[in-house]
Amino acid sequence: MSELLKAVEAPVNPNIPQLFPGDTVSVHVKIKEGNRERIQEFKGTVLYMHDNGTNSTFTVRRVASNGVGVERTFLLRSPRIDKVVVERHNVVRRARMYFLRGRTGKSARLKQKFN
Amino acid sequence: MFKGLIGKKIGMTQIFDDAGAAVPVTLIEAGPCYVTQVRTPEKEGYASVQLGFVEIKPKRLTGGQLGHLKRNNLPPLRFLREFRSESADLKEGDKVDVSAFAVGERVDIQGTSKGKGFQGGVRRYHFRGGPKTHGQSDRHRAPGSRSSGTTPGRVYKGSRGAGHMGDDQITAQNLKVVLVDTERNLLGVCGSVPGARGNLVLIREARKQ
Repeated sequence: MSELLKAVEAPVNPNIPQLFPGDTVSVHVKIKEGNRERIQEFKGTVLYMHDNGTNSTFTVRRVASNGVGVERTFLLRSPRIDKVVVERHNVVRRARMYFLRGRTGKSARLKQKFN
Repeated sequence: MFKGLIGKKIGMTQIFDDAGAAVPVTLIEAGPCYVTQVRTPEKEGYASVQLGFVEIKPKRLTGGQLGHLKRNNLPPLRFLREFRSESADLKEGDKVDVSAFAVGERVDIQGTSKGKGFQGGVRRYHFRGGPKTHGQSDRHRAPGSRSSGTTPGRVYKGSRGAGHMGDDQITAQNLKVVLVDTERNLLGVCGSVPGARGNLVLIREARKQ
């Protein structure tokens, strides 16, 4: 790819650590309401990472009230992301955690990975 | 003020604007260009500015081309293009670069679209083709009828059909400037620009703002 293209693309956000599929994370997103800016937390499991340079994304799934699953995709280099906190790494064997979609409660648990 | 530049398409990417939204951007390496000639209504019958772009070795140009540039002590330039302009605030030998444009302005970008070769009517004009089933054979991408019958007994000129597609002069209008980098001579516009990477493009102030 052209060096000139790379020169204008957004740099990697230093407040986002290396994420892995299956991680339990809390994403702090900047939200603008009128003139005020506040930070909203979105806590859930990383379903999958999409590695595509400046267009890299990661998708987080959380189960909201009434057992409704909510999936949100974030741009990895977006300036709207304040920071990402990895609460725990989990033992997973696949890159895409689609199987979590059909599960709730006990069967949706993942085993914690200790280093 | 005169606003025009010759540039080279670099490619597309995305950047984030002030609000944090991702914007699709085409990067253009624009200028620096030299004013090689200023045409006036008195002398040539119309007003325009001729710009030159890309310095090259003198042996790549013919004697006449070198002489044309030498009048204003300009280096050998590969591309010369004309821009219509009534407001001639430039003189021959001047240098113009991306600082003529500012973020938020609208520009028209003219280029040559990618050549597609000889294409059928389905691809070239979005003809629907024939039915896929019900006993059809060899009619799936056929154009159907081209014209009337015995009267007029011919196909009207300009009728749509198969033929050469692409490699046309296309102008993308009203593109928003989202990035100006005078250090690297870069211009970024929101959206796509005709042609392949490396194509020569002409940048003008938008006509329909």
